[in-house]
Amino acid sequence: MLPETGFVIFAKRDCPTCELIEPVLQQLSGTDTCLISQDDPAFPRNVSAVLDDRELEQSWRHNIEFVPTLIRMEKGREVDRTYGWDVREWRRITGQPDLGKGLPEFQPGCGSLSVAPGAAEHLQVRYGESGLKSRKIELGDWDDPIEACFERGWSDGLPVVPPTDVRILRMLSGTKRKPDEIIGRIPPFLPECTVEKVAISAVMAGCKPEYMPLVLAVVETALVPYFSLHGILATTSFGGPIVIVNGPIAKKLGMNWGFNALGQGNRANNTIGRALQLLVRNFGGGRPGEVDRAALGSPGKITFCFAEDETDPTWEPYHVSQGFKREQSAVTLFQGHGVETFHDDKSRTPEQLARSFGMGLNTIGHPRAQKAHAVIVLSPEHYAIFRDGGWGRKQITEALNRYSVRPGKDIIAGADGIPLGIDPGRANEMVPKFAPDGLLIVRAGGPAGLFSGILPGWGSKPAEVGPVTREVRE
Amino acid sequence: MNEALRDPTAETSSVKRARKTPPKSLEGLSVGLFSIGKTRSPEFLDQVEKRLAERGLKTKRFAKPTNAKTCPPEIMEQVVRECDVVLVGLSD
Repeated sequence: MLPETGFVIFAKRDCPTCELIEPVLQQLSGTDTCLISQDDPAFPRNVSAVLDDRELEQSWRHNIEFVPTLIRMEKGREVDRTYGWDVREWRRITGQPDLGKGLPEFQPGCGSLSVAPGAAEHLQVRYGESGLKSRKIELGDWDDPIEACFERGWSDGLPVVPPTDVRILRMLSGTKRKPDEIIGRIPPFLPECTVEKVAISAVMAGCKPEYMPLVLAVVETALVPYFSLHGILATTSFGGPIVIVNGPIAKKLGMNWGFNALGQGNRANNTIGRALQLLVRNFGGGRPGEVDRAALGSPGKITFCFAEDETDPTWEPYHVSQGFKREQSAVTLFQGHGVETFHDDKSRTPEQLARSFGMGLNTIGHPRAQKAHAVIVLSPEHYAIFRDGGWGRKQITEALNRYSVRPGKDIIAGADGIPLGIDPGRANEMVPKFAPDGLLIVRAGGPAGLFSGILPGWGSKPAEVGPVTREVRE
Repeated sequence: MNEALRDPTAETSSVKRARKTPPKSLEGLSVGLFSIGKTRSPEFLDQVEKRLAERGLKTKRFAKPTNAKTCPPEIMEQVVRECDVVLVGLSD
């Protein structure tokens, strides 16, 4: 029992300072003092009434950060506290002028077990209020939580991390934003989404708490009307949201822009993109064969997220081209299909490579198709050819637009016996493949390989739908 | 003992409404012809409109501003207000 008026002392055997002051603890033990041990109820020795706090409930309730901690209580209220061993403080609080005679005057304590890494959220859930508002779903004792998530339709086909209170609270610790803050309405059914629901999705996707500011920025950017998240979900076409990350946050989160940048293997890349997709699936209600009408879809609809390589100072990163500073973090959402490849290991000058690239770009979708947008993922070796010839982002973009223009006669409907094509009245025009500003060039990839990636865009009406870039605030 | 999970969904339940019984005849009804904004929707609906006009039926045309986005609620409300039945053209 804790005394209404008296002293409460928290200690643990595995703390040299607590061991040092064991005689003090023994001396203080008595009816108005409660000794509480975090790790061994037989410590301090020869004291009969040590309160066993191996479950850390009392330590959590008293907000203990260090041991030893001495608390003075008066009529059930805490009126004084000290921690570590400071002989003057202990004497002042206990009113015993000879306490700890012969001991060193000062020795710092140790961390309380209740604040050990990972303990906080467990104790919060066990003894306090989680504060979470989402419906609680109890499982049977023998249920496999991962299977339970599958059975409820919460999965994209891969196992998800079961969203327990502890994991959700840890995820929420990654953002300063309040769990009940509403961040927008998620397509297709447009329910209002809170930070808490985003955190649940991030848990299920496998994110770490430090990803939360980026995950929130990804979701908010995807909700900008110009991006048309509903459209890219509901389309019969292939694509989904592609997330491109720029600025210091990419390095901070350990994102991949090098070897296999568009592939598997990096936790941040893969889970951040997946968190958005799971939110649309589970919270927005967008499921394949229902509102998601994709005929074939693409693997990128599980996750598609990567960072730009900003390590070459000669290259202007994409977000800088959109008016952000290098030291700002930004995220770009692009409605894109899977990766198309562009191979050219023969070109050696910028002019050769740009002409060749234009030819490659012409085939995306269909050689006669008009495309509003495409992302070019320029590999280091291809970029080196442009860079060594003195070309930067501006020259490359202009040249790729120039060399992807087609003679109208080649792409009109009916030419070569193929009905698909543009209005035959345009046979004498030179027709651009892309909308003005339709090419987004980012740099990524491993150091060797004379090929680049093309991510064809979904929309064909740039006035209505297109990529969106927003700052990531931490 | 398993820890409880939290629901990742929007925790809404759909209200099931009975479908309106299709009319036995279109005689005297206002027929909405609704284009979702795909390239060839109007072409398809023109044909339907012509056929219905030949039968002396009254039609009204509606359209989403773009196929890339959902229909603005005002347009849907207008369709509900002004039509008895509606045909949606999905054609590419």
